[in-house]
Amino acid sequence: MGIEKLSFLPRAVGVKKAAGQPAVSKVSSEWTWKDRLGEIKCRISSFRMRYTVRPGLYAVGEPSVESDVFVTANYKLSFDILRRELKGLNVWIIVLDTKGINVWCAAGKGTFGTNELISRINETNLHNVVTHRRIIIPQLGAVGVNARIVQQRTGFRVYFGPVYAKDIPAYIRAGHVKTPEMRLARFNMLDRLVLTPMEINPAMKKFPLFALIALVLFGLQPSGILFKDAWEGGMPFLIFGLMAVFTGAFITPLLLPFIPFRSFAVKGWLTGMIAVFVLMKGIELWYYKSLLPLAAAYIFFPLASSYIALQFTGSTTFTSMSGVKKELKIGVPVYLTATALSLLILIIYKLSQWRVI
Amino acid sequence: MKYLVDVVTLEFFQEKCTGCGRCIEVCPHGVFLLRDKKAFVADRDRCMECGACANNCEFGAIKVNSGVGCAAAIINGMITGGPPSCDCGEQSGSDCCG
Repeated sequence: MGIEKLSFLPRAVGVKKAAGQPAVSKVSSEWTWKDRLGEIKCRISSFRMRYTVRPGLYAVGEPSVESDVFVTANYKLSFDILRRELKGLNVWIIVLDTKGINVWCAAGKGTFGTNELISRINETNLHNVVTHRRIIIPQLGAVGVNARIVQQRTGFRVYFGPVYAKDIPAYIRAGHVKTPEMRLARFNMLDRLVLTPMEINPAMKKFPLFALIALVLFGLQPSGILFKDAWEGGMPFLIFGLMAVFTGAFITPLLLPFIPFRSFAVKGWLTGMIAVFVLMKGIELWYYKSLLPLAAAYIFFPLASSYIALQFTGSTTFTSMSGVKKELKIGVPVYLTATALSLLILIIYKLSQWRVI
Repeated sequence: MKYLVDVVTLEFFQEKCTGCGRCIEVCPHGVFLLRDKKAFVADRDRCMECGACANNCEFGAIKVNSGVGCAAAIINGMITGGPPSCDCGEQSGSDCCG
């Protein structure tokens, strides 16, 4: 069963009559509290998978046949950020149907692509809306849009605009020329911080299963499950587990450039290891009356943090497929072996407790 | 920020380059620069294999095995045996790629 897509109609502030064309919705460049709330919900939950606008032609200000045409995705947050930065300008916006995905990701999938752009140009009758033949695509859309084919098929010359919508006014003032800085995708601490909720969220979805396994393992007795043992023995492991999520999904992304080594797996392992080491100080050695659970914790949790940190490669602006493949080629066998080894150590610990060995 | 050293599949054939500058215009990491009316790879390790340059080079001067640099997508591909795919929404209902 597919996810139902909610279609948000941008609040039309009027209609714009363009030549040879039905009325076009005119949208404001102001954000309402609903738009702000929408952004927050997108940042923290899977709400963003159904935050869409209707594809088609929109007007900002009072555009004419000479006005610039900007193209964006039908993820409402992409559309909102674009229109917010167009304040005071008179321009057209064409929204492509990218199935609610942002420009860069959709370009990678091909939905923000050459064919969709060509059919949308034709469908919106753009040849009659404007007399010039310029169309401005966000630079990151170049992954999916082939400028030459668009020009051959539609006559529109593709200009790859700035990476960030906030640079659009300066870009237009300079006569559609980008400075070298406008071409670069950045990834500063605030950019990384806003991404962390959606790293923590999926990691925490797996936490209940991990907690169940840990509690059952510690509570298991030859006679059944002892809740007291499950809780006392399992609790430090639950704390270690939360810590691995914290270091892997929050600390590593946030402090990314400050953590040594380039590999995300190593970065995550390092932060996880430091955290396990610090937390161990809080657990007296006699807690388990054995070193075995502590050894298992030292093996498993830094690697859990490493695995979670590796997931962040999907959200960065600079990791390559070849690089991530290399990390996984080494990482996956290590993760699987280490998980098996920690389980084995815990089983030996249980058997020694039961005086079987 | 730079990722792993010497892993990317970016290939540049300078003899085919006409110096049009499209690659420089589309690269989000400043991998290419122009010298003597031809592009050259100035910083290969900054390449993230997005494929924007190769997609827009009219002269076939750039080759790169492009794809998403995302662990979840690549693991997905390993499991299904297909190419790396972060198939968001649709069937999987996954939360990635807002």
